[in-house]
Amino acid sequence: MRVASRTRRRISLIGIVGALVIVGVSMSVHRHYTADVPWLPGEEKLIWSIEASVEFVGNGRPAKVTLRRPTDQQGFSVLSESGASPGYGLAFLDDGDLPAAQWTTREARGLQRLYYRAEVLQRSAGGIEDNVPAPALRSPSWEEPFSTAVNAILDKAYQQSSDPFTMARQLTALFQAREPAQDVQLLINGVGSENLTALLADMLQSRDIPAATVYGLLLEDGRRRQRLRPLLRVWSGDESQVFRLDQEPAESRRPLLLWQPTRGYTLEVEGGSSSELFFSMIRSEQTDYGQVARALGTANGWLGFSIHDLPIEEQAMFKTILLLPVGALVVCLLRILVGLRTSGTFMPVLIALAFIETSLLTGLIGFLLVVSVGLMIRSYMSHLNLLLVARISAVIITVIAIIALFSVFSYEVGLTEGLKITFFPMIILSWTVERMSILWEEEGWKEVAIQGSGSLLTAVAAYLAMTNPWIRHLSFNFIGLQLVVLALIILLGNYSGYRLLELRRFRAMVGPKPDAS
Amino acid sequence: MALLSRFFASPGSLRELGIVGMNGRNIDLIARLNPRRLYPLVDNKLKTKQLAEQHGIPVPGLIHAVDTQRDIRELPRLLARRSGFAVKPAKGSGGKGILVITGRRPGEFIKSSGMSLRLRDISHHVSNILSGLFSLGGSPDTAVIEELIEPDPLYDDLSVEGVPDIRIIVYRGIPIMAMMRLSTRASDGKANLHQGAVGVGLCIQTGRSVNAVQFSDLVTSHPDSGADLRSIEIPNWPDMLELSARCADATGLGYLGCDVVLDVNRGPLLLELNARPGLAIQISNGSGLAPRVAAVDALPSSALLEAPADRAHRAQSMFAASA
Repeated sequence: MRVASRTRRRISLIGIVGALVIVGVSMSVHRHYTADVPWLPGEEKLIWSIEASVEFVGNGRPAKVTLRRPTDQQGFSVLSESGASPGYGLAFLDDGDLPAAQWTTREARGLQRLYYRAEVLQRSAGGIEDNVPAPALRSPSWEEPFSTAVNAILDKAYQQSSDPFTMARQLTALFQAREPAQDVQLLINGVGSENLTALLADMLQSRDIPAATVYGLLLEDGRRRQRLRPLLRVWSGDESQVFRLDQEPAESRRPLLLWQPTRGYTLEVEGGSSSELFFSMIRSEQTDYGQVARALGTANGWLGFSIHDLPIEEQAMFKTILLLPVGALVVCLLRILVGLRTSGTFMPVLIALAFIETSLLTGLIGFLLVVSVGLMIRSYMSHLNLLLVARISAVIITVIAIIALFSVFSYEVGLTEGLKITFFPMIILSWTVERMSILWEEEGWKEVAIQGSGSLLTAVAAYLAMTNPWIRHLSFNFIGLQLVVLALIILLGNYSGYRLLELRRFRAMVGPKPDAS
Repeated sequence: MALLSRFFASPGSLRELGIVGMNGRNIDLIARLNPRRLYPLVDNKLKTKQLAEQHGIPVPGLIHAVDTQRDIRELPRLLARRSGFAVKPAKGSGGKGILVITGRRPGEFIKSSGMSLRLRDISHHVSNILSGLFSLGGSPDTAVIEELIEPDPLYDDLSVEGVPDIRIIVYRGIPIMAMMRLSTRASDGKANLHQGAVGVGLCIQTGRSVNAVQFSDLVTSHPDSGADLRSIEIPNWPDMLELSARCADATGLGYLGCDVVLDVNRGPLLLELNARPGLAIQISNGSGLAPRVAAVDALPSSALLEAPADRAHRAQSMFAASA
C-alpha cells in the first residue's frame, strides 16, 4: 500500500519535472532559432536601450514638451526611437541641426509622465563624426574680484598650452587639483561647484574659444533614475573635444553618450511645472536579435513572450529578478546536498545581491563589519530586556547608524568604496544580527561561527553564479530556462539521500576505518 | 582516498547501517506521516498537557496557565505555598525560557542552579513569556506553571542539573528507539547532544543502556560524576513504552518523539512531545532507524491497531539489544 502510493507520487513527480523541462527547453530552442538569440553571450556588438522619462505637473492648460534626442556620434549610432505617452501627440522634429521629440496635448492636469526610448548601437571604433557647429561666441564678463581671478587663471592656462584643446585641459586640471590655487578656490566658491562647467565654458569663450556646456549620459547596465552629466565641449575649427569634470575613476571607463551636443536646453516644458528628467538604461549583448525578438513578441503569442516587451526601467529590474531563481537553486544545492547551515534560509541570496552592487571584497568586509559591530551593540541591548518588536526596531536603527557612520568615515578617509555599504538590505541585516545574537546566547559562539560562515559561503557561491556572464545571458534572454531551474529545484526537494556533511556526522558509527588494505 | 574515509563515511556504509539522514527523515518520515494540522498539538505544551489528560496519560500537575498580563497579579496567591515549581513557555522549544524553582527562603525563590530570585523577577519572566520572547517567531504565548517532578534517586549521579529525560521515538504507534539524555558541565546543564550532553542509547526490549556517546565519541562513564553508564537500567520500562505508544494514539502523529521522565511517586510522566525528533538518537544507539522502520512497515496492519500495551510488548520482542 505504501509502496503503491510512493510509486504514484514518483510518477506524478516525473511527469511534472518532465513537462517543465520539455516546455522550458522548447521555449528556449524556439527563441534561439526564431529570434536568433545566441546561446553564448556575445561581446563584439552592444546595444543600449535607453529610456528617458519626463515627469511634470500639468496646470490644466495645453502643454508642449520638447526633449532633445541623441544623434549618431563618435562611438554610437541610433538604431531606432519610439515614444510612449497616452493622450499626447508625438512628433520627432528633425529641423535644423538639433533633433528633438515633441509631445503636445490640449489639457495636461496633475502628474504627467512621458517616455522616449532609443536603441543605440555602441561601436568599438569609428562611427560617424557629429559635425555640430561651434556655438556663436559670447563675451561674458565678471565682476571684481572674480574678473581678476578669471584673467589670472586664463593667462596661466594659456601659457601652459598650445591650442584650444590643451588650454581647456590645463584649465580643467587647475580646477580639479586636489588643493586648488587661491584664485581658483575663490571662483569655485563664487559660482558653486555645480556650475563649474558653465564657468569654464564662459571663461574659454571670453578668450574667443568656442565652448559650451553640453550634456551626456554615462552608460551602465541596469541603472535607473540617472541624470545627465554636464560636460565641457570645446571647438577648434571643425574639430571638437569633450571634457569630463568631477568624475570618479570608475566612471571614466564607462561609455559616454552625448545627449545634448551643444549649448541649449535639453528639456523644455510649456504648460507645466516641476519637470524632471530621468534615464534608465539596459545593455543587450547582441546586435540584431533585440529588434527581431520585439517584433516577434507582439506577433506570435506566448512562445515569443519576452521580457524585452517591457519598458526599460522594468527590464532593468527584471535583469536582477530573473537571477533570483539561480540564487535559490544554489541555496537548495548547498542545503540539501551539502547540508550547510545558514542563518535565515534565503538571507544569503539577498546578501549576494548586495555583493553584486558592491563588488565581492568590499561587500564581504562591509558585511562582516556591520554584523560584528551590530552583534556587539545587540549584546549590550539584551540587558535591557526589550520586547521582541521593539528590540528588532532598535537593531534596525543601530544597523542604519553603523552604515551611516561607516559611509561618513570611509568618505572622510577617501575610500569611496566604503559608500557602497548602503547597498546592503538593512532590514535583512538587522534580522541577521538579531538571529545571530540569540543563537550566541542559546548555543554559544561556535554555532554562530558555523551558521555565519555557512551563510557567507552560500552568499559567495550565489554571487559567483549570479555574476557569471553566461548565466546572466541565459537567465535574461531565455525565460524558458526558469522552468528548467524550477524542475531542478523540485527534483532536489525530493532527494532523500544523505547530505555531504552527514557523511561526516555519522562517520564514527562506521567502525574503524578500512585503512588496513 | 584514505584521507577521505578518515573524515567521511561512504554513503553505502551508512545505508548498510540503516542510518536515516535529514533529507530522508523530512521526506519519508515527517512529510509522509505527520500532517501539518497536528503540529499545534505538540508545539504547544499546554495543548499537549490537555490532550494527554484527556487520554489518561500522566503529566506533571498543572498549577496555572497564565495567558494575560493581567493574570500575573494572581502569581503571589498561586505561588504562596509552593516550595517548588517550573515555569515554561507553552510554545518554547529546546528548553528555552524554562525556569525551575526548587526551594524557598523567606521572600525569595531558589532556582535549580542555586541562584535566588524575588517574586518580582518571576513576574518579569512570566511577562517575557507572554510577550513571546521564547516562542517561535515571537508570537504571543502562554506561561505554564507546573508542579515539580521528583526524580527517582537512581538518577542522582547521572545529570549535573535538572532531571534526565528519556526520548522514545514512536513510529506508526510502535516504539522503535529510545535514549536517555544526560546534561553535563560541558553542555551547561542543557540536554542537547550537540552541545555536549551525553546520549545513552536504551535497549527497547530491556530498558538497559546499550551505548553512550558524547560529541559522537563513545563514553563509558559520566564525564562529570563518573557514574557508570554501562549498567543503567530504567525501572518501569514497559510502562514507559506503553505511555509513548499512547501518545502516538492521542496525537495521530506517525513519527513522534516522546520525552518522558520518571517521577518517584507517580511513575513515568510525559514531559513533552516532538513532531520532528532529531537523528542523534541513532548515534547514541549505535544503529540506524531504517531497519526498525522497515520492520514496523512489514507488520500486518492489524498489529498497528492493537492496544498500546500490546504494541509496547510487541516492540520489546521486535527490537532486542543489537549491541
